[in-house]
Amino acid sequence: MPRKAPSFPRLDPKSLPGPENTARWTLPNGIVLLVRQNHASPSVVLNGYVSAGAVDEDGSRAGLAHLTAGALMRGSRGRSFQEIYESIESIGAHLGIGAGKHRTSFQGKALAEDLRLLLDLLAEVLRQPAFPEDQVERLRAEKLTALNIRDQDTGSVAEMEFDRLAYPSHPYAIPSDGTKESIGAIPRSSLIEFHRRAFGPRGMVLAIVGAVEADAARQAVEAALGGWNNPGQVVATEVPGAEPLHELRRREIVLPGKSQCDIVVGVPGPPRTDSGYLPAAIGNSILGRFGLYGRVGDAVRDSAGLAYYAYSSLGGGPGPGPWSVNAGVNPANVDRAIELIRKEIGRFVDRKVSADELEENQAHFIGRLPLQLESNEGVAGALVNIEQYDLGLDYYRTYSDRIAAITREAILEQARRFLSPDRLAVAIAGPALVAGAA
Amino acid sequence: MSVPSTPVVRARFRNGLEVRLKEIHTAPLISFWVWYRVGARSERPGITGISHWVEHMLFKGTPKFPAGVLDRAISRDGGLWNAFTWYDWTAYFETMPADRIDLSLRLEADRMVHSLFEADEVASERTVIISEREGHENEPTFRLGEEIQAAAFRVHSYHHQVVGDRADLETMRREDLVRHYRTNYVPANALIAVAGDFRTRPMLNRLRQLFGPLPKKPRPATAVRSEPEQAGERRVTVEGPGNTTYVEVAYRAPTATSPDFFPMAVLDSILSGASSLNLFGGGLSNKTSRLYRALVVGDLAAAVDGDLAATIDPYLYGVRATVRPGVKAEDVLQTIDDEVRRLQDESIAAEELVKAVKQARALFAYGSESITNQAFWLGYSEMFADYSWFEGYLDGLGAVTADDIQRVARTYLRPSQRVVGMYLPTGDSAGA
Repeated sequence: MPRKAPSFPRLDPKSLPGPENTARWTLPNGIVLLVRQNHASPSVVLNGYVSAGAVDEDGSRAGLAHLTAGALMRGSRGRSFQEIYESIESIGAHLGIGAGKHRTSFQGKALAEDLRLLLDLLAEVLRQPAFPEDQVERLRAEKLTALNIRDQDTGSVAEMEFDRLAYPSHPYAIPSDGTKESIGAIPRSSLIEFHRRAFGPRGMVLAIVGAVEADAARQAVEAALGGWNNPGQVVATEVPGAEPLHELRRREIVLPGKSQCDIVVGVPGPPRTDSGYLPAAIGNSILGRFGLYGRVGDAVRDSAGLAYYAYSSLGGGPGPGPWSVNAGVNPANVDRAIELIRKEIGRFVDRKVSADELEENQAHFIGRLPLQLESNEGVAGALVNIEQYDLGLDYYRTYSDRIAAITREAILEQARRFLSPDRLAVAIAGPALVAGAA
Repeated sequence: MSVPSTPVVRARFRNGLEVRLKEIHTAPLISFWVWYRVGARSERPGITGISHWVEHMLFKGTPKFPAGVLDRAISRDGGLWNAFTWYDWTAYFETMPADRIDLSLRLEADRMVHSLFEADEVASERTVIISEREGHENEPTFRLGEEIQAAAFRVHSYHHQVVGDRADLETMRREDLVRHYRTNYVPANALIAVAGDFRTRPMLNRLRQLFGPLPKKPRPATAVRSEPEQAGERRVTVEGPGNTTYVEVAYRAPTATSPDFFPMAVLDSILSGASSLNLFGGGLSNKTSRLYRALVVGDLAAAVDGDLAATIDPYLYGVRATVRPGVKAEDVLQTIDDEVRRLQDESIAAEELVKAVKQARALFAYGSESITNQAFWLGYSEMFADYSWFEGYLDGLGAVTADDIQRVARTYLRPSQRVVGMYLPTGDSAGA
């Protein structure tokens, strides 16, 4: 019997970002600015990045981008650490800057009347950080404490081990927050040098969303950042692709005294710009997200009762981010949980997903947009993504059609392209496994 | 500029169910919450963690909505749903595209009385919850917090963690869960809160249609045992894996409805930074707070934060520091004491008060942007006070004086009224 045509949620185009309600400019120095007005609340959000990330680091400098980003707000040529934070905290504003593998991102929020102040501060710390000696040392000590905590955190340790197994001789194998050895050794001069080389207006994206007129926002951005130039700026290099895995690689890291093991099972996945990304994303939702964790959640949590969390993720991003399953289980159940996860991956690459699974996940991807785009933060994040991955300002207007066009065959193709139950990186961190329990 | 919304409409059905409605037409969304006046506060030894376990079981289906069907139906429509168990309450919510909310209304009316508690689902959820607890136990701060609370509350049921003690998680039976559910999940013990893109009249009619017929049952009596007065400082030490020391100082705090609560909130903002009131959405940094300056800028700690909760019974105001390597926990404690003494001895500067109020106003505005947060506050405030508490929040903070802060610092931040906790790491390879 022919299936009834699926009925997907209908979205009100006026409520979605699109070319007629989002302003986009490229400033002469290369900065791309996106502005969307929303007068429903009295606040304004800014979100964006400069093209300076961790991918160029070698092991001995691991964490350099991370440390540099952390140091930007620790003092500028014009203001001390205390003055910088007094200026934002005293008006109830927020500004945070952090480095990832490819970008140094920033997020800020303020009452709309304070946008100018927030932009001026952002410009000051991006353009003229002073990296005061005492502040860099204090930051280093804080980071070393954070690394002590990270290195005892079963989830983080399993993730790092997974990266080493899944990305041998690839920059993704190096943790972007560094190691105790590298963070302890990076001199202040490296921060200054990294800032001089990697920070600049080229490749910078800035989205502003909230109770502000687009032209007023543009004038404020031009005043704060329009004069920024850095002829010596080296825009981050392209990321190499990751080699596919050819076997099961498994490693356990023992952290004595812990109660639970964290498991990460997966492979390098598609970049966000890959033409197979959206089918893979729908497939990933079926595999380990939809309706509290999808098939993996059904198998590991609901049926076997082995874990509080068991879900899959598709990293996306500019490079070959991971496609992986995470679970937290008792050491006695690790082997059983891994077998269940591998079995689900096996089923996922063996047969097409069902028509019902596809349809409900397509509806989910479309229907969740109003909630994702409810807040200024959500819209700003969406605009930055549109720019970063060159999706086009009409992306959300055509989104429903793109999602509706995805087929069961396309999902199976992407599943088989990346996943196999016998070619996976398997990382485990936690107390020693209980022998013979499986 | 203000968020277009209408005043809150209050209703009470014949079966005792309370309703709060607030129209907000900024986005095509509705957030629907059901709050139950039951949580870890209602538990006794032997059944600790039962409220949280019951919450898990409400996701395991009814005859009309079998397990899994709900998850799929809500996700399919692009909704967000979850539930929370805390000391004073348990809450369930769905935030849905406005034209899809009816599913959520039907679901909540159904699972208030028809949840199945099938034996095999109870059995598999037992291990899931033990796994949840083991995940918490991996965190040094959970281990420390658990011991501090146990030391602070010898008698009152704030003694144990919401997730429950392992001994009880291993021994509780299905009958215990069903009894707890039937006793506490009754209309007279519940409150519905709805905010978002709807019209009040038809929404109220629909709620009356779905929830009105649920049988009237007595509101359960919660036999809470008062904590006797604390006579002298208590100390706990937890040893465990890692290289990081934590110091946490927990003072006895006023209840949410005490006139001292707002002064304590301002005190917390000055001492450890402005806290976000909201369930979703970030707060502000705290780098200009007094404790950050003393401890982090003072090279003793890597981070510090404070925590004041709005509760029915007197709970705790906690300050926690992540100690830097090579620094003694006692030195961190001494510095916290010095800062507390400064609050007790010296009047705070006018600009500190102005700053605290401006921060609260900004956080309040940010929180109002989300329909889910709006509905959250509509119900949450009713669990320990009523919605006027929330509506009066900014005025309450604005009315706080420097004298108030000095007074509450002297009243509540006394060594004899606190528990000092230290997590002492045994190193990378020890502790097994």
